[in-house]
Amino acid sequence: MSLLAVEGLTKHFPARGGVVRAVDGLDFTVRAGETLGLVGESGCGKTTTGRMLVRLLEPTGGRIVFEDRDITHLGGRAMRPLRQELQIIFQDPYASLNPRHTVGRIVAMPLTVNGIRPPGGVKKRVQELLELVGLNPEHYNRYPHEFSGGQRQRVGIARALALRPKLIVADEPVSALDVSIQAQVINLLRQLQRDLGLAFVFIAHDLAVVRHFCQRVAVMYLGRIVEIGERDEIYERPRHPYTRALLSAIPNVAKLGESEGRIRLSGDVPTPMNPPSGCRFRTRCWKAQDVCATEEPPLTGGVACHFPEGAS
Amino acid sequence: MSLSPEVLEPVPVADAAPVEKGVVGRSPGQLAWTRLRRDRTAMISGCTLLLLMLVALAAPLIEVLYGVGPHDEFKELLTRRGAIPLGYAGGVSADHWFGIEPGTGRDIFIRMVYGLRTSIFIALASALVTAGIGVTAGILAGYLGGWVDTVISWITDFALALPFLIFALAIMRPVEMRFYGPRDEVPVWFRVTVLIAIFAAFGWTSTARLVRGQVISLREREFIEAARASGAGLGHILFRQLLPNLWAPILVSFSLAVPAYVTGEAALSFLGIGIVDPTPDFGAMIFRSIAYLQTDPAYVFFPGITIFALVLAFNLFGDALRDALDPKSSR
Amino acid sequence: MRPVGDGPYLQVRDLRVRFDTEDGVVRAVDGVSFAVERGKTLGIVGESGSGKSVTSLAVLGLHDPKRAQISGEILVGGRDIVGLAEEEVRHLRGRDMAMIFQDPLSALHPYYTVGRQIAEAYRVHHSGASRREARQRTVEMLGRVGIPQPERRADQYPHEFSGGMRQRAMIAMALINNPDLLIADEPTTALDVTVQAQILDLLGDLQDEFDSAIILITHDLGVVSQVADEVLVMYGGRVAEHGSAQQVLRRPQHPYTWGLLGSVPSLHGDADADLMPIRGNPPSLINLPSGCAFHPRCPHATNRSRVDVPELLPAGEAGHLVACHLPEPDRQRLFQEAR
Repeated sequence: MSLLAVEGLTKHFPARGGVVRAVDGLDFTVRAGETLGLVGESGCGKTTTGRMLVRLLEPTGGRIVFEDRDITHLGGRAMRPLRQELQIIFQDPYASLNPRHTVGRIVAMPLTVNGIRPPGGVKKRVQELLELVGLNPEHYNRYPHEFSGGQRQRVGIARALALRPKLIVADEPVSALDVSIQAQVINLLRQLQRDLGLAFVFIAHDLAVVRHFCQRVAVMYLGRIVEIGERDEIYERPRHPYTRALLSAIPNVAKLGESEGRIRLSGDVPTPMNPPSGCRFRTRCWKAQDVCATEEPPLTGGVACHFPEGAS
Repeated sequence: MSLSPEVLEPVPVADAAPVEKGVVGRSPGQLAWTRLRRDRTAMISGCTLLLLMLVALAAPLIEVLYGVGPHDEFKELLTRRGAIPLGYAGGVSADHWFGIEPGTGRDIFIRMVYGLRTSIFIALASALVTAGIGVTAGILAGYLGGWVDTVISWITDFALALPFLIFALAIMRPVEMRFYGPRDEVPVWFRVTVLIAIFAAFGWTSTARLVRGQVISLREREFIEAARASGAGLGHILFRQLLPNLWAPILVSFSLAVPAYVTGEAALSFLGIGIVDPTPDFGAMIFRSIAYLQTDPAYVFFPGITIFALVLAFNLFGDALRDALDPKSSR
Repeated sequence: MRPVGDGPYLQVRDLRVRFDTEDGVVRAVDGVSFAVERGKTLGIVGESGSGKSVTSLAVLGLHDPKRAQISGEILVGGRDIVGLAEEEVRHLRGRDMAMIFQDPLSALHPYYTVGRQIAEAYRVHHSGASRREARQRTVEMLGRVGIPQPERRADQYPHEFSGGMRQRAMIAMALINNPDLLIADEPTTALDVTVQAQILDLLGDLQDEFDSAIILITHDLGVVSQVADEVLVMYGGRVAEHGSAQQVLRRPQHPYTWGLLGSVPSLHGDADADLMPIRGNPPSLINLPSGCAFHPRCPHATNRSRVDVPELLPAGEAGHLVACHLPEPDRQRLFQEAR
């Protein structure tokens, strides 16, 4: 049974001169305790998807089912108990903490707004949380500006854990951090995921980071999933041309300047205001044929492509 | 490429504790206070303000110590013809420090002490009411957006388009007539209330605009989203999350509004539609002194210099406060 | 006439940049030396606060002399620009050396067309050139950096360009005067991976064509490994390790470099193993740790590390320099064991 099921999820933003199809029909599921990576370039709709999952944005269409309850359009009061099970970690460790609140107050916020008094008191719980994410619990009374980027991101993680959620949406949680700190935070998230049995929807543009965190991976392009599957399948035997190009584009220290077998996509991602007809990737795809312009390939067997790798 | 744990020994999850000492952090407010303390201009203007406010507050006490009241008349110290004060510099003496008023023979010093009281009270009260209305309207417009924003912004633009002075001149008399008729004496408290109401009606719009802009830039910040994602209600978001981040602009606009109201009140009183004689007031005093500019020039000097000092001190302090609260803006 | 010197085009010797701030003296760059030859790329790697960007701004003479105290030598084509009059440095900038920034949107003026801005950059250093000439050269350059329909694109404004196209336009602007030295400060950090790959390829191609010296500043070891001939690893305003890309990335001798390499998630190897991060946080430049600045985060720190600042000394092969107190055989052994 899946913890979270998403069916035909859509978000269209009205814009001058048309509609931005930020997310255009997503289907995926997340099992309890599982980590799903949502990968793609800017404008693919991954962040919008994350915001819809925790109900910060209202979907235009489709369904979000959490623990067998349809939460797509659930109102504020009915949503409350579910908010405690669904939390979010943000990208920007500077913007995501209120600069005028102490760290203790920030981490306690989810408890305060829901009127929860944990046994032993809020302070004790907050200090446990700080310790859990590797911060000194004595720093309870400090302000965010006194912490480094990595430490702030830990505070954000502690806040997300305060309500003991079952699913956390992590929106690019390490991309704003220094390299050496990124690894610390990834390790922390991995450890928390293992120890607490949390499910994650991990949103990232960096395939290498996702590989170290996620059991399953969904690759998005212009508001749609082009490929979804088990981690090793995606990384060892990518079937969608876009997935292959994305993997190939990552500069790899181990390769040290070798350039054989590299795939270089031409051009930029088209605007989601006016996505290409048929397969959205066809304008940058080296395998595109006439059929790609007329028929949109459905997501079957984990890949949405008329000419997937390993099929011929 | 990976390195084995034997060499890069298992890395503890915890960050190394920060180098700084002390467990209790310093809040942004405390940091601003430290910066303010270091600012000479802020300290001098702040002390001047404190002194002037203490004088205003302690006016009855000063009256007792000084031994002269604001309405006592010393006609015997005036010339018979023209009623100009005898002696030098408008009759400055050990008994009358700043001299006496021509015409009435009242003591200028004690009238100024009470005038300060009137001015500061009206200015502070107006600024408080203004800030209250402006902040509420600004937060609501900025955070809720939509039709609330449209309505509030429209009212703001409308109020900004009205010429303040003409409006004030036009409204004061009819309002007095409406409540007291042509014969009754208009009590001082009523005039003060109307003045405050006029200032508030016109003043809140700039605060509302400022706060609205700040809220719009804050509302998309992720800490607001984090609160929403945890199920926080509107009240929590507006007053717990947003308001603490608005103190800086509110304080600055407040401290700059006060001197504007001091001069505004003096101007209206000068035009005869604010506080009128015999109530001690700077505007009214300066208005009276104009008639004696040639015969008794000292009369305009003391009220003029005091109101100048008061307004200058407020403005300097407001600027210093802004620098202390937002060190990036000035450097 | 361009000054022609012997040896590398850019030579930096014992560069020090200090800022006096309210909170104390910031030694942003503390004794950094390096050289870049024409046609070669030097990658400067470091985390935030390592001094890598301050170094590049010093080379371009972009520090405000009222705020920054700069000492040492910066020889551009044999000519020392430290202490040179602002007027003269400005003359070099744009013609002999140019810069590409991380965020092209803030580096381009929003109210002028892209073509006009590039043409302007050309005419500043070619006072004899007519408008038409400058325009022609601009369109040529836009085409060269891979912007389709350059004639039409030249008349568009920066906001009409996508992120990748903007960065291409910035590169066109930087290269319009055929500079001998190009400094690229995190040029691809704001871009998507597929576009980053395009831009890095483009930089490589252009270098072959223009034979300029390139300094590439980045925090991303992957990017460095793809384009750099030489690598300089900076930490706390000092050089930790310096050598060829092969030496630094394949046979690193400084524990900080090991840590950086262990921190990078890779597409190969065991995905289920934890990463090997460096513990702690990058230091504040105001309050730099004593001795070796890396010692509080270093698993191999000795008592000496806490007291003495290690010198940058030759280690291993020729051209490989490392600032570490560990005896060289130990370093090699520790790293070999780690692999």
